[in-house]
Parts: sequence; structure tokens; C-alpha cells
Amino acid sequence: MWEYTDKVLDHFRNPRNVGTIKDPDGVGEVGSMACGDALKLGFKLDKQGRIADVKFQTFGCASAIASSSALTEMIKGLTLAEAEKVTNQDIANFLGGLPEQKMHCSVMGREALEVAIANYRTGKTSKKILEGQVVCHCFGVTEDEIVRVVRENRLTTVEQVTNYCKAGGGCGKCRDEIEAIITRIRDEEPAVPVTPQPGPSLTTLQKIRLIEETMEKEIRPALKKDGGDIELIDVVDNRVVVALRGMCANCQVARFTLKDVVEAKLREFVAPNLVVEEAHP
Amino acid sequence: MRTVYLDNNATTQPAPEVIEAMLPFFTELWGNPSSMHVFGGQVRRHVELARAQVAALIGADPSEILFTSCGTESDNMAIRGAVEAANAPINVITSRVEHPAVLEPCRMLKEHGVPVIELEVDGKGQIRLDDLRLALSRGRAVVSLMWANNETGVIFPIAEATELVKASGGIMHTDAVQAAGKLPIDVRHLPVDLLSLSGHKLHAPKGIGVLFIRRGTRIRPLLLGGHQESGKRGGTENVPYIVGLGCACKLAARALGDEITRVAALRDRLQAGILAACPDVRVNGDEAHRLPNTLNISFQYIEGESILYHLSDCGIAASSGSACTSGSLEPSHVIRAMGVPFMAAHGSIRFSLSRYNTAADIEYVLENLPPIIKKLRVISPFAAP
Repeated sequence: MWEYTDKVLDHFRNPRNVGTIKDPDGVGEVGSMACGDALKLGFKLDKQGRIADVKFQTFGCASAIASSSALTEMIKGLTLAEAEKVTNQDIANFLGGLPEQKMHCSVMGREALEVAIANYRTGKTSKKILEGQVVCHCFGVTEDEIVRVVRENRLTTVEQVTNYCKAGGGCGKCRDEIEAIITRIRDEEPAVPVTPQPGPSLTTLQKIRLIEETMEKEIRPALKKDGGDIELIDVVDNRVVVALRGMCANCQVARFTLKDVVEAKLREFVAPNLVVEEAHP
Repeated sequence: MRTVYLDNNATTQPAPEVIEAMLPFFTELWGNPSSMHVFGGQVRRHVELARAQVAALIGADPSEILFTSCGTESDNMAIRGAVEAANAPINVITSRVEHPAVLEPCRMLKEHGVPVIELEVDGKGQIRLDDLRLALSRGRAVVSLMWANNETGVIFPIAEATELVKASGGIMHTDAVQAAGKLPIDVRHLPVDLLSLSGHKLHAPKGIGVLFIRRGTRIRPLLLGGHQESGKRGGTENVPYIVGLGCACKLAARALGDEITRVAALRDRLQAGILAACPDVRVNGDEAHRLPNTLNISFQYIEGESILYHLSDCGIAASSGSACTSGSLEPSHVIRAMGVPFMAAHGSIRFSLSRYNTAADIEYVLENLPPIIKKLRVISPFAAP
């Protein structure tokens, strides 16, 4: 079991301010069911602009529920300017601390509040305002978010970043990039521009070029080791038709890797909705 | 407070008879079984008796029983030992839903250039024998497939798989850690070459495992440094635990008939009770081929860890495939391999029973679980109001 403080367990067992607010002034939703935790927060202001009422709903573990409950208690009666200053560390402190691996629960609370305040000010209802380059694709964490948790919590390792915002906790491919962000902040160097990733609006020609490039760099070398090869036959919308050549052509097992490796690589480097098919001889 | 232990696939309560059998080997019978004097000699006899008791549970010859430190060691030795002993290039075939004790050694071998194929499972957590046939067609292979899954209880078609593997000239290993004591195992009628067992899953203490090695199977030792266990595993025998495991196997063999039927009825009552009391739940895994003691069930809209903590407050012990309980950020690889949607994976709970559970235990769970589910769903943003 986790070493939760009595206060965490109290807020988990008896969460305060559960529910939804009728006609809220601001609503924020962060997280997703895929990530294993999500939080919806709504507030209503009084005439003086103070938070008169706030309610939440959380899908998540004991510390996610406790962090949400704690946040609602902390911000009641505050002005938005005051509430904005609440950091994830404040939430964790209010609860008497959280296990290191659970710090992302407190970050989720702070994020939901931010989105709710932005919703009040701009009227935008976006679930989460993604700013900057996505670094961790598994959990959809942007560079800005990573920079913020690193700065606010003085983080020094990739593992800590994972504990605080989940970035790097999935496939692990972005760990080097996170490491670089940490180093950069530590050295307080000017921000290094990140090479832009291809967006969803690729033209077919751009897509084909990118697919060929990915096959050349990421896929072909592995196949060539086994005396095989792969050839791009056609690209129709999101369908990528390929043919296996050489040793791979007659290898039944190569078919296992077609979906697993080729499709995964193309989805990673080109577009997440690609489907790889084998050309019929 | 009443306690109900339903996490027997994680570990089991050591049987009192087992502990009693072990105690003399901490006090007066402490000799080294290899020694050429009476201290060693009288201990050796008990080690060999235990070996025969373990062999009897699975229909093996005592000479085919190797004692290890745990199920993980047995799995590692089986896979790495068989691959290393092969004098020609060999493939490895396993499944996506194996225990990490199998998956990790396979992935290590892959890094060292051994071709490894991980068979997919369907929505019920079953492998397809056609996939195995196809994988075997690539060449001679060491195949490691679990008899029964620790998370879902799904039983693989081990007899059919073994037949295919043996017909192709391959080597067949099965991780039977969860099956032993819950299903009849008889290696006289099932030509597996290697089979892993773990003591603490069948009411022996932690720290003792077994690898069955069929006579004639070539295998390289994992631990070098002694002639013990016919030269297959160096290290002085863990005598008290070996004796304990022997006793546990004797008890398990006795419990295989009526006791297991009784446990299965309790599990079925638990499942039916939950399905009747809680909407939006799904049973994970092939119900037609499932261990008699295991129920893996997903509660939509809520997360496993919070369910476990509320259960624990009521004295009920279970486990979850959710990300939060593991300290990792992703839900169980077994549940995900079955294509269970993320939310259901995060809300999956495993109840695993043992012969020490009673009907009153199950009724207690059925009384306490539904209000917990309801309470957490009120908190959840995904549940229908």
C-alpha cells in the first residue's frame, strides 16, 4: 500500500464538495480515462468576485480524489487572482505530503483550476489548453507543462518529472528530451527551438515523403539485417500498402511484425491514424 | 474487524500443517544434506521425501524435480537454460500475457539476437493455436506458455499447444505457478519438457519454487557453484522450505477434488452477486476456461486503487490491474493485451480465493462492495448521473 497521510485518507474517504455546479462561472476538465485519472472542476463567484462555491468530480486513485477535495477546500473564498497562485506543491502540503509517484495528482488539481479560470475569462470550453510542443505522446504532456513542473518543484531527474506530470511514463521514448529540458532549465540557457512535428494537415505528397523517410531510417535497417526489405506500394488516405521483399517475402513470421513494427513506427513518425496493409501479390 | 483475504493469486496463507512440518528443520535438524555424517544424512532423507511429494502432485518422477528459490527463478532457468543449451540457433515463442518472470527473460534474449515471437491473445485472453502453428513453422523453438493466467485466471489450451510444439521438435515450458493446486496436472499424459511451480501460491511460504525438468531435457544451470540438485543448481538446499513445500503439495493434492469444487462455487456466487448488485461491470477473461478461484471484473467509470482502499477499510483484500496500484502509469499488460478499453482496465479488480475462504466471506464482500462502487461513481465525472 502507499504511505498516505491521514489527511489524504480523510479527504479520500470523505471527499468535500463532490458534484457539479448549476450554471457555473468557470469549468475545467483535465486528464482522460486513458491516462487513468481525470478531474472536472466548476466554480461560482460571489458579487465580490470571490469563489463562493466549487465542486468537483474525479476519476482516479485515492490521492487523485484527495487532491481534488483538498483543492476545493483551499480555494473557497479566494479571488481568482489569489486562487491562481495555488501551486501543486501547496495542494500536496495541505494534505501533509503525497508519495513522490503520486505528485501528478496534485498537478492535475492545479491544471483543472487553471483551465476553469481560463474558461471563466475567455469563455473557451476546451478540455485542456495545450500550449507548446507535445513532448510525451503517451500522456499528451507538452514542453510548457514539463518546464512548469520542473521549475515549480525544482525537479532534477526524469523520474521525478514522470512522477509529477506522467511525461516519460509510457513508452519512454521522450526521456532524452525531458532530460534535455531539465538540463536546459538548470543551466538557464535560452530556450532551444524544438523541431516542429508534422501536424495533421499533411498533403498526400508530404505524407508519402515522410513515410518513405521513416521506412528508410526506422524500418529498413532492421529488415535488412535478416536479408529482407520492404517497399512502399501505395498510400490511399490513411491506408499504407506495402510489400515485403527478399527473405521477408516468404516469411510467415514477418507478417507478425508488419502490424507491430511497421505500423507502430509510421504512426509514431507520420500520423497516428495510419493503417498498414500488405499488397496482394 | 472482520478480514476477508481474496488475493490468493498474489500469495497464500501458509498452511498450519506446513509450518509445523518445517519447524524441526530450524532447530534440531539443521544439518547440510550433502554432509557425510548423521547430521546431514537424516536431513537428506526429508529432502528426498519432499521431492517425492512434489513429484506426486504433478505425476513426475522425483528425479525430475529441481528445487529453486521461487517461481521467477524457475521461469528464468527454464527459458534461458533451454535456449543456452540448444546447440543450434533456436527461436523463442511466448505470449503477450505471460508473467514478467517469463516476458523479461524472453525480451532479454531478444536483445541478444534470439528471435522472439509473442503470441497475441483475443478479447477473452486466449491464444489462437493457428498463431502458434505459424510461429512454429519458422523453425525449432523454445515455447513458454502459461498454464493459467495470474490476473484473469484464463487457462490456455496447454495440452493442444504442447502437442504442436512436440510435433515440431520444439521444447515446451509451461509456467504452472497459478495452475498448481487448482487444476489437476499430470506430466505422464502431458509431454511438457519444463514446468514451473511456486510454493507460496499453494500454501507453502515464500522463497521456494520448483522446476520440473523431464528426463533427457537439455538445460544449462543458472546458478553455478555446487553439485547440488544433480549439478543443475548450485547452492545448499533450503531444507525447511523444501520440506514445507513437500507438505503443501501433499495437502494440495488432497484438496484438488471436493475442495476446489467448493471454491469454484464460492467464486461463482461472488461473480453472480456482483453482477446482480452493480450495473456497468464486465467480467474479464474466458469464463469457460478459467481457474476455479479467480474472478477479474471491471467496474466502469471508477479506478481500481480507490476501490481497493475502500475494500481495505472494510477488511477485504483484493488486487487491481489499474495503473495506480503498480506505481507505473499504465494499466495491466494482460488486460490491455485483451483489448479491454482503458477505463475498464483502470477499474479492474481481481478477487482470488483459496480453500480457506467461506460462504460467509463472500456474503460479507457482497454486502460491502456495492455501496463502495456507488459512492465512487458519484465522485466520477464519467458515470451517468
